[in-house]
Amino acid sequence: MESAVPERQGLYDPANEHDACGVGFVAHVKGQKSHAIIEQGLLILKNIDHRGAVGADPLQGDGAGLLIQIPDLFYREEMAAQGVDLPPAGEYGVGMVFLPQEAASRHACMEEIERSIAAEGQRLLGWRDVPVNAEMPMSPTVKATEPVIRQVFVGRGPDVFVTDAFERKLYIIRRRAANAIKSLHLKHGQEFYVPSFSARTVNYKGLLLADQVGEYYLDLQDKRTVSALALVHQRFSTNTFPTWDLAHPFRYIAHNGEINTVRGNVNWFKAREQAISSPILGDDLKKVWPLHYPGQSDSAAFDNALELLVMGGGYSLAQAVMLMIPEAWEKHALMDESRRAFYEYHAAMMEPWDGPAAVAFTDGRQIGATLDRNGLRPARYLVTDDDFVVMASESGVLPIPEKKIVKKWRLQPGKMFLIDMEQGRIIDDKELKDSLANARPYREWIEKIRIKLDEVPAADETCATPPASLLDRQQAFGYTQEDTKVILEPMATNGEEPTGSMGTDSALPVLSKKNKTLYAYFKQLFAQVTNPPIDPIREELVMSLVSFIGPKPNLLNTVDVNPPIRLEVSQPVLTCTDIEKLRNIEKYTSNKFRSFELDICYPVAWGKEGIEARLASLAADAEDAVRSGANILIVSDRKVDAEHVAIPALLATSAIHQHLVKQGLRTSTGLVVETGSAREVHHFALLGGFGAEAVHPYLALETISGMAKGDAEKADKYVKNFIKAVGKGLCKVMSKMGISTYMSYTGAQIFEAIGLKKDLVDKYFTGTPSNIEGIGLFEVAEEAIRLHDEAFSADPVLANMLDAGGEYAFRIRGEEHMWTPDSIAKLQHSTRSGKYETYKEYAKLINDQTKRHLTLRGLFEFKPQGEAIPLEEVESAKEIVKRFATGAMSLGSISTEAHTTLAIAMNRIGGKSNTGEGGEDAKRFLPLKAGQTLSEIVGASRIERDYVFKEGDSLRSAIKQVASGRFGVTTEYLVNADQIQIKMAQGAKPGEGGQLPGTKVSEYIGKLRHSVPGVTLISPPPHHDIYSIEDLAQLIHDLKNANSQASISVKLVSEVGVGTVAAGVAKAKADHIVIAGFDGGTGASPVSSIKHAGTPWELGLSETQQTLVLNRLRSRIRLQVDGQMKTGRDVAIGALLGADEFGFATAPLVVEGCIMMRKCHLNTCPVGVATQDPELRKRFSGQPEHVVNYFFFVAEEVREIMAMLGIRKFDDLVGRVDLLDMRAGIEHWKAKGLDFTKVFHQPKVPADVPRRHTEGQDHGLDKALDHKLIEQAKKALEKGQKVQIETSIINVNRTCGTMLSGEVAKRYGNAGLPDDTIHVKLTGTAGQAFGAFLARGVTLELTGEGNDYVGKGLSGGRIIIKPSPDFRGDTQHNIIVGNTVMYGATEGESFFAGVGGERFCVRNSGGTAVVEGVGDHGCEYMTGGTVVVLGMTGRNFAAGMSGGIAYVLDEDGSFKHRCNLAQVALEKVVPAARHVAGEPLHRDQADEVQLKELITRHAEYTGSATAKRLLADWEASREKFVKVYPHEYKRALTEMAAAARKEAA
Amino acid sequence: MGKPTGFMEFERLEEGYEPVEKRLTHYKEFVQTLSDDNAKTQGARCMDCGIPFCNNGCPVNNIIPDWNDLVYRGNWKQALDVLHSTNNFPDFTGRICPAPCEAACTLGINAAPVGIKSIEHFIIDKGWEMGWVVPQPPKAKTGKKVAIVGSGPAGMAAAQQLARVGHDVTVFEKSSRIGGLLGFGIPDFKLNKSVIDRRVAQMEAEGVVFRTKVIVGDKAIPAGINNDATETVSAAQLKKDFDAVILAAGSEVPRDLPVPGREFKGVYAALEFLIPQNKEVQQGIKNPINVKGKHVVVIGGGDTGSDCVGTSYRHGAASVTQFELMPAPPEQEDKPLVWPYWPLKMRTSSSHKEGETIREFAVATKAFVEDGQGNVKALKAVRVEWKDGKMSEVAGSEFELPCDAAFLAMGFVNPVGSLLEAFGVDKDGRGNAKATTDGEGCYRTNVDGVYAAGDVRRGQSLVVWAIREGRQAAREVDAFLMGTSALPR
Repeated sequence: MESAVPERQGLYDPANEHDACGVGFVAHVKGQKSHAIIEQGLLILKNIDHRGAVGADPLQGDGAGLLIQIPDLFYREEMAAQGVDLPPAGEYGVGMVFLPQEAASRHACMEEIERSIAAEGQRLLGWRDVPVNAEMPMSPTVKATEPVIRQVFVGRGPDVFVTDAFERKLYIIRRRAANAIKSLHLKHGQEFYVPSFSARTVNYKGLLLADQVGEYYLDLQDKRTVSALALVHQRFSTNTFPTWDLAHPFRYIAHNGEINTVRGNVNWFKAREQAISSPILGDDLKKVWPLHYPGQSDSAAFDNALELLVMGGGYSLAQAVMLMIPEAWEKHALMDESRRAFYEYHAAMMEPWDGPAAVAFTDGRQIGATLDRNGLRPARYLVTDDDFVVMASESGVLPIPEKKIVKKWRLQPGKMFLIDMEQGRIIDDKELKDSLANARPYREWIEKIRIKLDEVPAADETCATPPASLLDRQQAFGYTQEDTKVILEPMATNGEEPTGSMGTDSALPVLSKKNKTLYAYFKQLFAQVTNPPIDPIREELVMSLVSFIGPKPNLLNTVDVNPPIRLEVSQPVLTCTDIEKLRNIEKYTSNKFRSFELDICYPVAWGKEGIEARLASLAADAEDAVRSGANILIVSDRKVDAEHVAIPALLATSAIHQHLVKQGLRTSTGLVVETGSAREVHHFALLGGFGAEAVHPYLALETISGMAKGDAEKADKYVKNFIKAVGKGLCKVMSKMGISTYMSYTGAQIFEAIGLKKDLVDKYFTGTPSNIEGIGLFEVAEEAIRLHDEAFSADPVLANMLDAGGEYAFRIRGEEHMWTPDSIAKLQHSTRSGKYETYKEYAKLINDQTKRHLTLRGLFEFKPQGEAIPLEEVESAKEIVKRFATGAMSLGSISTEAHTTLAIAMNRIGGKSNTGEGGEDAKRFLPLKAGQTLSEIVGASRIERDYVFKEGDSLRSAIKQVASGRFGVTTEYLVNADQIQIKMAQGAKPGEGGQLPGTKVSEYIGKLRHSVPGVTLISPPPHHDIYSIEDLAQLIHDLKNANSQASISVKLVSEVGVGTVAAGVAKAKADHIVIAGFDGGTGASPVSSIKHAGTPWELGLSETQQTLVLNRLRSRIRLQVDGQMKTGRDVAIGALLGADEFGFATAPLVVEGCIMMRKCHLNTCPVGVATQDPELRKRFSGQPEHVVNYFFFVAEEVREIMAMLGIRKFDDLVGRVDLLDMRAGIEHWKAKGLDFTKVFHQPKVPADVPRRHTEGQDHGLDKALDHKLIEQAKKALEKGQKVQIETSIINVNRTCGTMLSGEVAKRYGNAGLPDDTIHVKLTGTAGQAFGAFLARGVTLELTGEGNDYVGKGLSGGRIIIKPSPDFRGDTQHNIIVGNTVMYGATEGESFFAGVGGERFCVRNSGGTAVVEGVGDHGCEYMTGGTVVVLGMTGRNFAAGMSGGIAYVLDEDGSFKHRCNLAQVALEKVVPAARHVAGEPLHRDQADEVQLKELITRHAEYTGSATAKRLLADWEASREKFVKVYPHEYKRALTEMAAAARKEAA
Repeated sequence: MGKPTGFMEFERLEEGYEPVEKRLTHYKEFVQTLSDDNAKTQGARCMDCGIPFCNNGCPVNNIIPDWNDLVYRGNWKQALDVLHSTNNFPDFTGRICPAPCEAACTLGINAAPVGIKSIEHFIIDKGWEMGWVVPQPPKAKTGKKVAIVGSGPAGMAAAQQLARVGHDVTVFEKSSRIGGLLGFGIPDFKLNKSVIDRRVAQMEAEGVVFRTKVIVGDKAIPAGINNDATETVSAAQLKKDFDAVILAAGSEVPRDLPVPGREFKGVYAALEFLIPQNKEVQQGIKNPINVKGKHVVVIGGGDTGSDCVGTSYRHGAASVTQFELMPAPPEQEDKPLVWPYWPLKMRTSSSHKEGETIREFAVATKAFVEDGQGNVKALKAVRVEWKDGKMSEVAGSEFELPCDAAFLAMGFVNPVGSLLEAFGVDKDGRGNAKATTDGEGCYRTNVDGVYAAGDVRRGQSLVVWAIREGRQAAREVDAFLMGTSALPR
């Protein structure tokens, strides 16, 4: 077996792999074993096949497996045939072992196992070859990596009596053998892997397709193989490299999701090694270490940690899982006190393993599952009357007769579900957690051992003001005027992070002539595709900034009756008083805590060379301090003065943290930073991310207190505001990575470095990616010293004021920018006059970076490999411009005039314009005639600057964007696209959502977005139907169904690992991928995101190209790059690094008149580009001709470069990194350390592997059920005749009704067909996205149940889902549809006779729904429409809801506790007769009228007993309804009513 | 930014002028500085651009948005500090700069630009009024000596910068007062000389030594250039006595009009009229030229020409006609193709409005006509046409114009060559001192330790360019003397 994962090369790093998947189990509650359970497990696998992925070779999947109880009888007979008599069940263990193919290595591995068995005093019973099907068709690459699979049988030793003890022995044997084999360092030793080693369970898994598991492992076909449980998993990995060991299940778990904090979690385990002991394992614990290996997946790491908790800590499996994935207890007002105490008590022991997760787990006696705190993965289950439980990522995975089912439910966020087969019953979340929570007096313990820093009496000591002046110290830490004006002032006065616009075009820190802080070299990572970012505002209830300062308790010591005390802070920014308390903490805690200060300043006279030894001493001092009993270390640069320079606090903190981790001492102490350098959110995030539990930003606090000019009360308020702003910002930074707790963010290192030397990073920021080298340790010191010298120098400019800055706004003598007065002027003049020479002057200003270093590509140069050719021989500009697209800027972010100008221009040149996230007026889809005007088409009242069209012009944007808000995304919109772009992230603020304030939502914008004018529109951070890679595959499938002609594009933002994500996206069947640079972006974003999240596209693009080529996936994808794309040289470099196409946003806007005011967020754009103000829009002066000129100029410049390189066809340019080199003779003191070898790396693959787009994807649309529907609906489609269709449906029939709706919309537009023209009656369990984008005139009536995403994007159709008449459960207590139902619906209605999952009607803008209960976050971000809930809701109902109405049946009056009241009011439903005349009405109807009508129709359509019951006593029922009325909507309705009255009068 | 929507709410407000009839009676400044409230609203019009084009359009790169905002907020003192951080003499530029910053103002794309100059004027006047403009003597002296030849804005700026970092600076001026063209060239009604004098006092307190009536160089200077010198210092002496020399002597040689009759009485170089007038106003020495009741023709359409126009009106001229060789520029430039650069457009100065000024464009003077006694009495001219940069006379368009006095205000061709020769400084093709402005060794002439800044190096230009060059040269000199320099560029 060869290791198949390519080694690290170029920018590809196997460590970046992600996976997600389908998971499921079937079990018999009473533990009755049967072979049927195994067959059913295998069937589940087949039925979740679509959740996996295949690579370049369709026979190569990402792995699948099945974990079962040991089939004792089967093994007994098998081994007996070998002459081995097995002891009684429970007294022997079975090790399932993957062994190297290479014989000698294999023997060595087996010997190590046998040696371990003997050494641990157990008995080797024998080996068994696991029979596999050698004939089964298998991908050659998979075959090449196939291990030799054997089982080892181990009998219990004489002094081991109970199975639990025996399991521990087996655990130690396995760890010991594995560590021993690792330490042999055999080449083939890496192939050794133990899928299971237990006396209870055995795991059959491999790099198999889902349906191959049963075929491959012959054991599973044997009728004697029986089990009471089968845990199955199908993996979807972003890469295609075959790895057998990464398939699930692991020994205890199968996991669907992603652990975002895994790096921190693994580090923390390493940090604990010395500090913890296990009363259970005793000295055996040593044999366990190291717990984690490099190259393990997050799931494998999770499994290892869980196993240690169970084996070493003696936790029950369920409790261990609760520790690792706690519920969101911090802000859970409704949680039972003792349960909160349980969580709080354990919180200090271990940081959560944070991320979206559905984890199914079993130890062979119990089987259960849990969901992450935010419910970001689906998990449905059912219970039958004959004691079977089936749980899976979706419903319908097993054909179980409805009449046998007694309960259909789902796992809820943070909830657990457990089957104890020994007790023979299901233990629900409440019972389970109550019993654990009450097992010990946690509440009492917490009260006794918890010290809240806030509650510690205020310190007598006050902060001493350091001798150096405030200004000098500010300068020493690199403060600029902008830091105070742009950053600190808004934070101090508003408690908000400041907002900016138009991306960033300033020099990268490593290229800057200015002296930068070390913070600036780090970029924040963010979630895209493989896991969702969180909305820290609307879903605040899962966020927590709680931090514990001080040593962590011994994780494995559950019998500790005298637990150590802990110091808690509610958020990690410490005030002056706080830090003084910590400095003198022994006084306040009767010496329980002892702090120790580490001064990180050193004499400036020592120079830059001094830093290395000083850091070493600091680490040693820290270690000594901890060893001699200090348990809070304060890293401080307070003593900075003219003679003493501060080591960058980030460097010192990380160095000390990492040293303590390596010494295994980190959990013995707290680490607090007191620094003058921290002032931006990014700084706090970095300090936390590299190990600080809390930070005291003394200088920032001094600075903002100073702003109060002596007003102490104001100063106090400013400080509070600042801390609040930092807290909000931290939540945002964490949430963009999908992390919800500061505890798990601490030390999680969610950053990459740009421009730092690898050896610096490896030593002090171990594990942080840094791909292009850069400055080393001494240069870091030099930069700090330069700042220090300036600060304390006689520089007259700095004598009385800070440096002007120039980072956020251009300043002469400030930071360099690409957009300068001259570059903008030259670009505008050239495109307006049509003068290419002027364009060349512009291009030279941008391209020539010999003096001003700005971008990485500025340091590249072309390296021709052959003779230049005459320009005439090069492909024409007319062809090249077709590769150009304009960026996704919505009508809303830019004016109608600006938006349409771009569309006309792009249509003229055959390029593509992009709608942006905001829909598009259907009137723009039609071709135009010469002489028609813009105002004729769009409407005179909506245009401030008119335009006369030329013959053949078109206003239609070729690219239709689908973003998280789904504004204006209707079937009609989709069918009018050439390309549909799924925006996963945007350069300016990856991982964040957006907001269009109500003031900007004009009548027209409201119409386009299907929302009410004047009502704020929120785009959530994640797409609520994409929490993982297989979800993305689903959305791609949905969109392809809606419009099979359009290519589906996925927009990603450059960051380390984006290549691997792109590979996953390619496997998810995208046709097109955009890699956006971090620097692009137009609309409003927090400035810290603009500057500090994501990386330049040069890195992301080349990583993507390299990874796709390595995976042999490049040929299926058209690759586009964007982000500060300005000139032909940029295009040529993009092509050489691998791009087929190019996106431009800012430059065309500049051509249209934008002058980089960077005020888009204020609606005051003085040139009418990025504003909705009619007066300002009159000033718009852009012309399509200018934009056309620009693109031709760019193409012309590209042609000149191609001629110089001797390349005739653009295609031949793509991927030719050999034509690039780093410019020679770079003198810049920082830039000269850069090394682009990895960027210019050519993947090692055969020459015939394509490096550009050459073929299409197979979307598998031919299997769609809709073909049948369309065929049968022919009369309706063609003649408008009514048709009725009947069919059955199962869960693999995904996206039902969408293709049919596409046909309707193509013919009839958004108006569709008359109501109910096509009526489809279905029976069964529908697959995901049932009725997605269902058009008007189509009714889907399903008897059975639905899965996730029912009715997403509903565009006028009707969906009815009702349970089978055979089903006995009542509709208010059984689930009928999954998560994220009616997401982004614009029109239409649905009736569900049962309960819906989480996020019901999220971002609904016009749909009507009746449902009998919903999960958490119901009606989130809703902007319009009507929702009736005839049952219980989950928590956080109506979060971010700005429009529409929800009527909720609140029988016990408890609804108000579960509703998020930030934006809505709860009112009574008043009888129709009692409405005041003139009162504005939702949909012009009295509440009672429409509510009753909907319930009546619900009863009629679904036969719901609930509905009938309510109607039976309507007067009483009405009283129980609560009307959820958004404030903004009420205001908008009132205003519109007043306006209408005024008009009438 | 003070007020995000300020530019939409407030109109541009020009500084007020004293009425013509009143201001013609004197030679004092007649511009009225903005009131506190008006300054605030004018500051509020600034949009605090992401790219402040004004910052680039301004030769000294004034950080305009920042002080606009500070004025809006009433932080005048801080505004003054920011203003002074880039400009030694905003009191000069705030009065007589043509304000290229305003041409570059983004608000000017489609509306009236921010009144940057008026705000600058306000800030510095407020500064003096409040007593915030005080000497900033160096903390320590370096013991290095620097000579500066010429006391115009370039020399003054260089001197102030160098004195403030501790050098012993001596400024040599051949005129009887400090200020160069500002002192005697520009009429008092445009720039009151007390504005210069208070700066001189400030600089003296900072350690600068001014030596007027001292001419540097041992060669004669051409006639027609003001020279009040009573003392001569040779170039060699200067080089010997000082560690560095900055030549900032301006570009004084006027462009002549070699046409028949140039020698008649009544045909003067503009400064032959303006300097004595200034001396009259300031020192009571009667101007030998008086144009009361005369028909005046000013040849040349620039600022010096305007000054002749305004002065002539104050004398009581019978008529004033101004000639310009180039065709009349458009009233409004083609903004989309010109902004943010300095536009060629019709400019009407306050002087033009002080009478019925006749402005003739595309006319060339052919000859002067005498009255028989050697006095000019008329002028012959012809209309010209311009095509592709070439001029041709329009056949049959000759005309004659009564002219009792003609002032030649066609600019200055180069510095006095003898000065450069005295130092052995190389000249460029136009006769200016040869030195670069960027990179290693900038502002340095071919002679070791001798630097050149301002018009002497770049040719005739604006005060604001002179200040820029003086500042930048000072930095180079400081670096030359000390190894490094903390002075800003």
